[in-house]
Amino acid sequence: MSAVDFRLTQDQRDLRAGVRDLLAGRYGREALRASVEADGALDRDLWRELGAAGLFALRLAESGGGVGLGLPEAVLVFEEAGRALLPGPLVATHLAAGTVPGAAEGTAVVTAFDLDGPLVAHLGDADAVLGADPLPAGTPVRSADPLTPLWRAEAAGGAGVEAYREEGALLTAALQVGSALRTVELAVRYAGEREQFGQPIGAFQAVKHLCADMLVRAEVARTAVYAAAVTADGAEIAAAKLLADGAAVRGARDCLQVHGGMGFTWEADVHLHLKRAWVRARQWRTAAGAEELLAERLLEEAVAG
Amino acid sequence: MDLTYTEEERDFRARLREWLGKTLPELPARPSPDDWPGRRAYDLGWQRRLHDAGYAGLHWPVDAGGRGATPTQHLIFLEETERAGAPYVGANFVGLLHAGPTIAAEGTAEQRARWLPPVLRGDEVWCQGFSEPGAGSDLASLRTRAVRDGDAYVVTGSKIWTSHAEVADWCELLVRTDPQAPRHRGISWLALPMDAPGITVRPLRTLAGSAEFAEVFLDEVRVPVANRVGAENDGWRVTMVTLSFERGTAFVGEVVACRRTLTRLARTAQANGRWDDPVLRRTLGRLHGEFGALWRLTQWNVSEAQRSGGIPGTGGSVFKLAYSHARQELYDVAAEVLGADSLSLEEEWTLDRLSSLSYTIAAGTSQIQRNIVAERILGLPKGR
Ligand SMILES: Cc1cc2nc3c(=O)[nH]c(=O)nc-3n(C[C@H](O)[C@H](O)[C@H](O)COP(=O)(O)OP(=O)(O)OC[C@H]3O[C@@H](n4cnc5c(N)ncnc54)[C@H](O)[C@@H]3O)c2cc1C
Repeated sequence: MSAVDFRLTQDQRDLRAGVRDLLAGRYGREALRASVEADGALDRDLWRELGAAGLFALRLAESGGGVGLGLPEAVLVFEEAGRALLPGPLVATHLAAGTVPGAAEGTAVVTAFDLDGPLVAHLGDADAVLGADPLPAGTPVRSADPLTPLWRAEAAGGAGVEAYREEGALLTAALQVGSALRTVELAVRYAGEREQFGQPIGAFQAVKHLCADMLVRAEVARTAVYAAAVTADGAEIAAAKLLADGAAVRGARDCLQVHGGMGFTWEADVHLHLKRAWVRARQWRTAAGAEELLAERLLEEAVAG
Repeated sequence: MDLTYTEEERDFRARLREWLGKTLPELPARPSPDDWPGRRAYDLGWQRRLHDAGYAGLHWPVDAGGRGATPTQHLIFLEETERAGAPYVGANFVGLLHAGPTIAAEGTAEQRARWLPPVLRGDEVWCQGFSEPGAGSDLASLRTRAVRDGDAYVVTGSKIWTSHAEVADWCELLVRTDPQAPRHRGISWLALPMDAPGITVRPLRTLAGSAEFAEVFLDEVRVPVANRVGAENDGWRVTMVTLSFERGTAFVGEVVACRRTLTRLARTAQANGRWDDPVLRRTLGRLHGEFGALWRLTQWNVSEAQRSGGIPGTGGSVFKLAYSHARQELYDVAAEVLGADSLSLEEEWTLDRLSSLSYTIAAGTSQIQRNIVAERILGLPKGR
C-alpha cells in the first residue's frame, strides 16, 4: 500500500551504506589527494569501476542492462559521491547512460554544457558531450577547482542540455548535500579536537552556533532534495538546487572558518569542498535561475488562488 | 520514501474540504484583539465545531479521546484548514498542542479522563506557567515552590510571559518540590486550576500593543497532589516531553499559513507593480522554495516521530530554527511589497511583522535551539 511515509526504506538505507563503503574503500583520502596531484585528470579505471557498480546505469531498466532504480535512489548515491568529493562529470555521464554508448558501463566519459556558456568541465577527458555532436574543440582554462579541469569550447552547445536540465539540477543538488553534510562532520570533528584557552574550540558558542546553522541548512536542503526526487516536480527541483547550493557553499566556508589557519591551507580538504561547491552552484541551474523559476511558479499559484 | 496519498486520505481531504466550505461561512465575526472574553469564546466555539464534526484531536491516541488518525491525515487537516482560511488554534494552543499531548503521554487514566475531553470539546483553555522572572532560557533554575501539606501542594512564587493566562482555566505549572535536590531533580509538573484562591494575573502589554501574555503571582495556592502529572521530582523529564511537542509539532500548521501569505504577497506585488523589481521577485521566489522545503521537513519529522511513539525528537529544533527565521524574513519582505504602507498598523501584515519578532524568542530562543542542535545532535562539548 502506498501512503505518505517520508522516510528512507531499509533498501534505501542499505544502498546508501553500500555506496559509502564502496567509496571509502575505493576513493578514500589518499585517492582524493592523488587526484589533486594529477590536476584532476580522470582515473579511467575508477570510472569503469563506478560503471560496474551501477552508478551510471542506476536508472536504466534491468532489461536494458541497468539497475532499474529511480531518482530517489539516485540522489542517495549522488549524495555519497558528493560526500567523498568523487571527481569527474558524474551527472552528465549518468544522464547519458542509455544514449551515449559506453556511458552506462563507465567505458565512456561524458560531459555537458551545463555551465551556462562556453566553459565545459572535463572536456579533455571526455569521449562525448551530452546533446552535442561532434565533440567540440576547446582550449584549457586554469580552473579554480583543482578537481574540475575546465576548457573553453570554441562553440557553446548549450541547447543539447535543455532536456536534461531538471534531472541534472537534482543530481547536482544531491552532490551538494553530500558535501554540505561532510563539511559539518569535518567542522564538528575539528571543533572537538582543537583546544584553545584550555578547552575544545567546539565548547565556544560562537563556534557551536556556526556548526548548528550548518546542520540546519544541510538538513533542510537534504529533505528538499529527497522530496524533489520523489515528486520530480520542476519547482521542487529548483528549490532543492537553490537550498543545496547554499548549504554546500556556506557550509564549506563556515567549515573553513572553524579550521582557522589550517582551513586556509592546500593540505586541508576544506577548500576542495568549497571550490567544488562553487562549480556545482553554476551547473544546470543557478541561484538566479532557480529563484526566477520559483517566483514564476508562486505567481501561477497566486493567480490560481 | 513515499509522498502519494491513499484513496482513504484523498477521501478524508475531500470530506474535510466540503465541511470547511459549509462551516466557515457560518462562523461569527472575529473579535478584536483586545476583546479577551470574545477571543476565548470565538476560539472555543471553533474547537467545538471541530469536535462535533469529528475533527478534534485527530492525531491524538484513541485512549486519550483522539481519533487515532495517521500523521498524514493530521497534516492534511492542517493544510486544508489553512487553505480555507479557518480560524487559528488561538487560545486552544497550549491545551491542544502541548499540555494535552503531555497528559496523553504521561498522565494517569483518571487525569486523561479529567482534562483531555474538555480540551477536545472546546470547554477549557490551558496556559503554560514555565518561565519565571529569574528563569527563562535557564528554565531549570525555576524557584516557584510547592510544599506538601496533606493531599495538597501549597504553591508560592511567580510566573511570567504566560500567554492566555487571563482566559485560561488551567495552567501547566512547573514547581520546585525539592529545593535540596540537584536542580533538574527537584521539579514537578502540576495542573493548576486558574480559579484557585491566591492567584493574581497581571496582563503585560506586548510591543504589538495588545496584552498577549501576563504575569501570574501565586500566593500559597493549594493544588491537589492528584494534579501532579508524572512522579514527584520527575517533572523535568515530563517538561522535556512538553517542550518536544512545543518545538517539534506545534508550529507545523504555521508553515502552511506562511505559504498562503506568500501567494497573497505575490498577488499584491503584481497588482502594485513591485513584482517587476527583480530583487524582490527573486526573494519571494526563494522564500517560496524555502517554505516548500520546510513543509517537506515537517513531513519528514512527522514520519520519523512515528518511530519514537509520536513524541517528536530533537529534529524539532532544526525545524524551529529554520522556520522562525524564515517567517521573520517573510514579513520583512511583506514590508518591501507594501512600501511605506508597511508603517501603517491598519495593514494586517504590519501586525504580523510585529508578532513575528517573538518567534526567535518564545518556545526557546534561537541561541538555545542552536545549543541543543550543537550539543545533542552534533555532540559538541558543553562550555565551562
Ligand atoms: C510571545 C511570547 C510568548 C510566551 N509565552 C510563554 C508562555 O505562555 N509560557 C511560558 O512559560 N513562557 C512563555 N514565553 C517565555 C519564553 O519561553 C522565554 O521568553 C524564553 O524562553 C527566553 O527566556 P527569557 O525571556 O528569560 O530570556 P533570557 O533567557 O534572559 O535570554 C535573553 C537573551 O540571552 C540569550 N541567552 C540566554 N541563555 C543563553 C545561553 N545559554 N547561550 C546563549 N545565549 C543565551 C537568549 O538567547 C536571549 O537572546 C513567551 C515568550 C514570548 C516572547
